[in-house]
Amino acid sequence: MSSKLNLDPALIEEGRKAARKIAEDVQTYIDDHATVTVERTIVRLLGVDGIDEVDQPLPNVVVNHIREGGGIETGAAYWIGNAMVATGKSPQEIARAVSDGSMNLLEVEAQPLPEVQAVITRKAEEMVKLIGKNRKARETMISELGEGPKPYLYLIVASGNIYEDVVQAQAAVRQGADIIAVIRSTAQSLLDYVPYGPTTEGFGGTYATQENFRIMRKALDETGEQVGRYVRLCNYCSGLCMPEIAAMGAIERLDVMLNDALYGILFRDINMQRTLVDQFFSRVINGFAGIIINTGEDNYLTTADAVEEAHTVVASQFINEQFALKAGLPEEQMALGHAFEMDPDITNGFLMELAQAQMAREIFPEAPLKYMPPTKFMTGNIFKGHIQDAMFNLASIWTHQGIQLLGMMTEANHTPHLHDRALAIENAKYIFNNCQDIGEEVEFKKDGLIQRRAQQVLKDAVLLLDQIQGDGLYKTIEEGKFGGVKRSRDGGKGLKGVFPKGEKYMNPFIHLMLGGER
Amino acid sequence: MSAQLVDLSNVKPYGDTLDDGMVQFSFTLPVPYGEEAREAARRLVLKMGMEEPNVVNAMDLGIGYTYFIVYAKCPHSINYNAIKVPKVESDHMTKEEVEEFIEHQVKRDVVILGACTGSDAHTVGIDAIMNMKGFHGHYGLERYKGVEAYNLGSQVENEELVAKAIEMKADALLISQVVTQKDVHVKNLTHLIELLEAEQLRDQLIVVCGGPRISHELAKELGYDAGFSSGSYAEDVASFVVQEMVQRNLV
Repeated sequence: MSSKLNLDPALIEEGRKAARKIAEDVQTYIDDHATVTVERTIVRLLGVDGIDEVDQPLPNVVVNHIREGGGIETGAAYWIGNAMVATGKSPQEIARAVSDGSMNLLEVEAQPLPEVQAVITRKAEEMVKLIGKNRKARETMISELGEGPKPYLYLIVASGNIYEDVVQAQAAVRQGADIIAVIRSTAQSLLDYVPYGPTTEGFGGTYATQENFRIMRKALDETGEQVGRYVRLCNYCSGLCMPEIAAMGAIERLDVMLNDALYGILFRDINMQRTLVDQFFSRVINGFAGIIINTGEDNYLTTADAVEEAHTVVASQFINEQFALKAGLPEEQMALGHAFEMDPDITNGFLMELAQAQMAREIFPEAPLKYMPPTKFMTGNIFKGHIQDAMFNLASIWTHQGIQLLGMMTEANHTPHLHDRALAIENAKYIFNNCQDIGEEVEFKKDGLIQRRAQQVLKDAVLLLDQIQGDGLYKTIEEGKFGGVKRSRDGGKGLKGVFPKGEKYMNPFIHLMLGGER
Repeated sequence: MSAQLVDLSNVKPYGDTLDDGMVQFSFTLPVPYGEEAREAARRLVLKMGMEEPNVVNAMDLGIGYTYFIVYAKCPHSINYNAIKVPKVESDHMTKEEVEEFIEHQVKRDVVILGACTGSDAHTVGIDAIMNMKGFHGHYGLERYKGVEAYNLGSQVENEELVAKAIEMKADALLISQVVTQKDVHVKNLTHLIELLEAEQLRDQLIVVCGGPRISHELAKELGYDAGFSSGSYAEDVASFVVQEMVQRNLV
């Protein structure tokens, strides 16, 4: 693709190289550490599910038990594998026994290590096979049913009640939605466990639970069959349980996950060491499961100015890309985020938005790109809001964005009403159809405002990346370079759950999912 | 010019002619699209007390529900002269206005510490006020220019909070109390004020509490400067804090 913005390929390469170096620096730390949620994920992937009599998830019970016994550095897989060899029981039976106090994993007689490794690998392969099957099932359904054209229309449901969400989601699908995202309940990201079972009460959203995933998956498959296209399901793989939610999503065939390497650090004040370790395993799982990840650069622009700080979005996209590659996630599954968030009062603001969107398209040609609608400058004037969303839709079709998070005219007022969604879809479909080939027909003036804007933002982004490469990622975040948010290395939530891997530590899934057949 | 013609004791909606009462409605009914749906919408608007409803658009929402746009004439009127709106003590400011107020009137960064104190582990409220992301589209104090906001999180002991307040040179303390069983919040909130008084810090600080069961009245009674209940956002708290700082000459 020739550059419509006249971007310098050498400069793009320089940015990519710097980002690779930044990711590699941190990867050493990631490879040497694990966290409590990483261990709980392993426990889940070994087939443990359910809760105890006080609603505590069994994966938490098992990992807490190992931790309190002083064995966490060897990893949950080792202790469960050791007990499997010693007792012949399944991981689920072992978890139950730990829960009712009839088994202490740390007191089970040590079995020969090769046997432990063999039994754990066999068990892990069962789950890996199931996830692989889900991936094939998705591919088959898409090839048989078909899918909507890009940009995919992405709509949210957020009633708090999974059954009400189903009604709204099915309506949205009939109106044209390609992706349904179930917004999570406020503050779930700060829970160091994943709630269990179907839920009917939430605050500003619905809890992400495996049962809720299953209920919505089934509903979307049914409606998708009726309308003749595959409908993707999206949830939030972020917070203190990133990899656990990735595992649940892989098991229940979710298709899209919000999954940013830095979001939790910046916007949820989760400890940076914790998040960096967690994001890696979550992305390994998402990558293997064929799940598209949405990164969260758009959030920077809700805190920082979209005109002044545009280069930080590009820099972060470069970094997110490299972290994702490290986790074996192909470019086709990287929906790098950005947003249409400039003040509508800016003269020629739309031209700058176009420059930014086109630039993301050209720098990451294979990535689907997740484009977020205006939120910051949306008001109670829903009529103007509807036009702001129309401008956003125009920029999207013009620059071939992959995932269009539809803007709602009632943004900033309330969670979408049924007809808000219908109007948003009508708006997008009208513009996408009416301007379908505008990107092929219209070129940008050489050295004009749009080209110059894009070139400048790229230049600033690469400058920032070079600087981060020198300073390291931790220091950059400590200084508040992203989104204007400062976070300290040892601050935030969840650091207590991070530990160095011991000598005998094992996580069979990294090897199977990163190295295995896709 | 036209304003002189308006009878303020008898105000009606204006469409294109004074007192025409024109109102626009849009809503969804859980009935399938069709002539019966349009008639249902028309009758509903009549039942609202409107006159001459005109269903200008009906749209099939796909699951047996229909969306309508309706115009109608409102026969009711309001006596504008009789309206009195009670004003809050401090002026309500938006985030931007607070930022501007800090820049011009406080002229330095305002340090605000937030915490769930005592045994309380429910940070939803304090997070909504403090954290970057905020709540319901109302950004938290961390996102305010000119505010140094520190969210100390849950289960912070009062002694620890006071020590932090001294260390960070805090201007304001925000205390969140969600759990109110056996009036634990009252004891806890009182204890903090006693500590601050013992350290002779009370007068130098703006001290505010919040939570679903906290009222302004209760807060004042316990020795706080203000109390905020559910439905308050960061800008409400910030407006109060910065104006109080100027008023009490703490800038």
